Amino acid sequence: MKGSLRYRIILALFVGVLGLVYVLPSFVGKDSPLKNVLPADEISLGLDLKGGVHLTLGVDIPKAIEYNLNQLGQDIRSAAREEGIAVLKPAVRAGEKLDFTLLKSEQQKALDELLKQHYRVLKVDAREADADGKVRYTMEMTPEYRRDVAKLTVDQVLKTIRTRIDQFGVAEPDIRRQQDDRIQVQLPGLDDPQRAIDIIGRTAHLEFKLVDDAADLTKAEKGIIAPGRELAALKKLRADGTYGQQPIVLKKDAVLSGEYITDAHVSYDNFGQPYVSMTFNPRGARIFARVTGENVKKRLAIVLDGEVYSAPSIQDKIVGGRAQITGSFSDTEAADLALVLRSGALPAPVKVLEERSVGPSLGQESIDKGVTAAFAGFILVLGFMAVYYGFGGIVADLALVFNIVLIMAGLAGFGATLTLPGIAGIILTIGMAVDANVIIFERIREELRRGLTPRAAIDEGYSKATLTILDANVTTILAAVILYQFGTGPIRGFAVTLTLGILASMFTAIFVTRILFDMWAAKAKPGASLSI
Amino acid sequence: MGLQIIKSDTHIDFVGIRKFAFMISLALILLGVGSLIMHGGPRYGIDFAGGINVQVKFDKEIEIDHLKTILRDGGLADTTVQTFGLPQDNEFIIRVSALNVTTDEVRTKVETTLNADMGNSGYKIQRQEMVGPKVGADLREKALEAMFYAVLLIAIYISGRFEARWIVAGIMAAALAGGIYLLELVNLPMSLLIVAAMFITIGLCWYLKLNYALGAVVALIHDVIITVGVFSLLGKEFDLTIVAALLTIIGYSLNDTIIVFDRIRENLRNGLGDTFADTINRSINQTLSRTLLTSGTTLLVVAALYVLGGGVIHDFAFALLIGVVIGTYSSIFVASPILMGIGPSAQPVEEEGAAA
Repeated sequence: MKGSLRYRIILALFVGVLGLVYVLPSFVGKDSPLKNVLPADEISLGLDLKGGVHLTLGVDIPKAIEYNLNQLGQDIRSAAREEGIAVLKPAVRAGEKLDFTLLKSEQQKALDELLKQHYRVLKVDAREADADGKVRYTMEMTPEYRRDVAKLTVDQVLKTIRTRIDQFGVAEPDIRRQQDDRIQVQLPGLDDPQRAIDIIGRTAHLEFKLVDDAADLTKAEKGIIAPGRELAALKKLRADGTYGQQPIVLKKDAVLSGEYITDAHVSYDNFGQPYVSMTFNPRGARIFARVTGENVKKRLAIVLDGEVYSAPSIQDKIVGGRAQITGSFSDTEAADLALVLRSGALPAPVKVLEERSVGPSLGQESIDKGVTAAFAGFILVLGFMAVYYGFGGIVADLALVFNIVLIMAGLAGFGATLTLPGIAGIILTIGMAVDANVIIFERIREELRRGLTPRAAIDEGYSKATLTILDANVTTILAAVILYQFGTGPIRGFAVTLTLGILASMFTAIFVTRILFDMWAAKAKPGASLSI
Repeated sequence: MGLQIIKSDTHIDFVGIRKFAFMISLALILLGVGSLIMHGGPRYGIDFAGGINVQVKFDKEIEIDHLKTILRDGGLADTTVQTFGLPQDNEFIIRVSALNVTTDEVRTKVETTLNADMGNSGYKIQRQEMVGPKVGADLREKALEAMFYAVLLIAIYISGRFEARWIVAGIMAAALAGGIYLLELVNLPMSLLIVAAMFITIGLCWYLKLNYALGAVVALIHDVIITVGVFSLLGKEFDLTIVAALLTIIGYSLNDTIIVFDRIRENLRNGLGDTFADTINRSINQTLSRTLLTSGTTLLVVAALYVLGGGVIHDFAFALLIGVVIGTYSSIFVASPILMGIGPSAQPVEEEGAAA
């Protein structure tokens, strides 16, 4: 008995010291010399406590599929042309279908062969022969390929967003993929959510299109427009500082797109106006030189996400692979625009499905109030137990303090996040943690009433209560596991604290208090009564 | 020996007043369910319903009606305004249910409107939240699923642990899974599925004579329904934290029930009590002191949380307050009488004495 008691004391002390070692880093100051010896893990606070932005983004997969089908349509047409097969009007139709027309039905076999050889990712949905010898093809993606495209799209979006946020400069951002093509972004300590959303959510699809100045604008506005042309709106800054729009007719096919950009940054013109200057890679530079060389004196529109930013006249062939986007931006707008261009376009648009932002002051207030409530509850329980159970109550109080240290240590050590519901979980644990001790103490009282000696009553009480406590706690842990499995963000934090609290309370209430009672029993004179 | 609230010779006839208790429970449940039906279901917060919340804190006192008026005059007609936290905090939640506007638009509008009216009086936008309709529906579904699986796992654990009938419990789980699968084929909404699952669980426990599980499951469904009912009666909203509170209540209520059941089992094994009712009464009385003490300390801290914890945690603490009280009541007046109503387990209890 004596020997076993010694080992139990050593184990309890060991756990206690370990607990303190993990708890302290969260409480000592940043430049305390203790930092060098203690573990680096601190209790990390959830966004609801430190303030920040939480976003759930949905990736528009149908849009990505549409882009992809469009690209495939163009590819098929040029591949067919090389084989001498005339294919017309590839276009994407609703329901993720690709349509095109084969001009001569006698080439059907050759076309089918070509599709089978090089376009296995597509399957023919329908082939309708027209009276005049044309065949209309409808094709769609194979399910496997569709899945691949969806997965690659989300991966690419994730990567791009990560790059953008890194450049935006947020400390400890958390970006992760969720099910159903969703992406979760957490940006702690950020108090301008809208700017972050603008940067993250911007598709940044940049195109250069030639302006058709010969087109009749009034006709175009009525919807009469030549094939291969489109009506767009040019952003114009009005005298009062607001933006207006001016109609402009563009050639539909882009001459160059943003994929060739290697760098973009903000520069300032002679009037101190910011503009964005871009650099192309060698291939982009060659295309840009050719296009500008062929179209001197014509206008070239710079289109970003469908909006025409500027349409300057080409003065001369531009070699060296540089281009500029002018317009009236603020410094921030220009910087953000350069950032998104540098990090590349999103392969599909994203939509903000969920947005939560908590101001830092509210977070601090939550912490303060939570801590106050926890402290008040703690003191009440400590006082109550000491009054009600006397010596036993003080033992239970010590266990409770130990318990709190272990929960904190657990949170820090496992890298769990403390959220507001988590604080509530700790507070609840304080109330429930004494439960195990109450069960034991009531048992000991019963045994004492039956006339057992204190030492025998302690032994009986602990052995009878232990299984009851285990049963009762396992069910609570089951509920916590379910909470963790199905919960999101703050709820998960709550589940983690609840579980840690239960485990810690079982250890302290069953193991640690027993040591104290055994120490008392070892020292007590024969016939001494137990205050419980 | 320290203080005693419950004298050791206390012998209250809990089982004797079970009919009275059933009436109370029934009344509470009917009241809650009636309120739910009248309101067309629980009032969902934006977590589940979708929408935009903007939380504003004012430096000075402001009338809620005044706030409503200026927002409406400022072109924010489609909003509801409610006080948040304690009245002296001067904090309000402005809720926009329309989903065709962005958070930024709402925020800007709130800011311009307030600036135009308040001028020199300060305010601060503390928090803004937007939940899209799809995410809301997903969160709702997940929350219901969580409640359901919690109850199921617990039923299995109790059956296995208290009656050493793991296999029967496994059969129950399989039968339940099969039943749910069949119900899913007819494309029922998730909420109805959960209700159906609860009925199947109770029915299966009844049929398989899993008495302890039946008592516990009925008690915790009882607790959840009453808590939800009280929330509905008071017009409080359901969000994710309330679901967390409900699950905690499930855990807590069960904790209580199991401790009473444990004592019933022990007393049965030792042959204490002339009749089953007597054994149950004796067990409840023996654990009464513990039950009240633990509920007391838990209520102490939850009350501290309710009063001092601040607005964000207010409803959560309120749910826990109700839940702890109802959970304590149900373990004494619901779970045990139900256990008695169908008699001790079909299995001779002595057989699994080795497990204890």
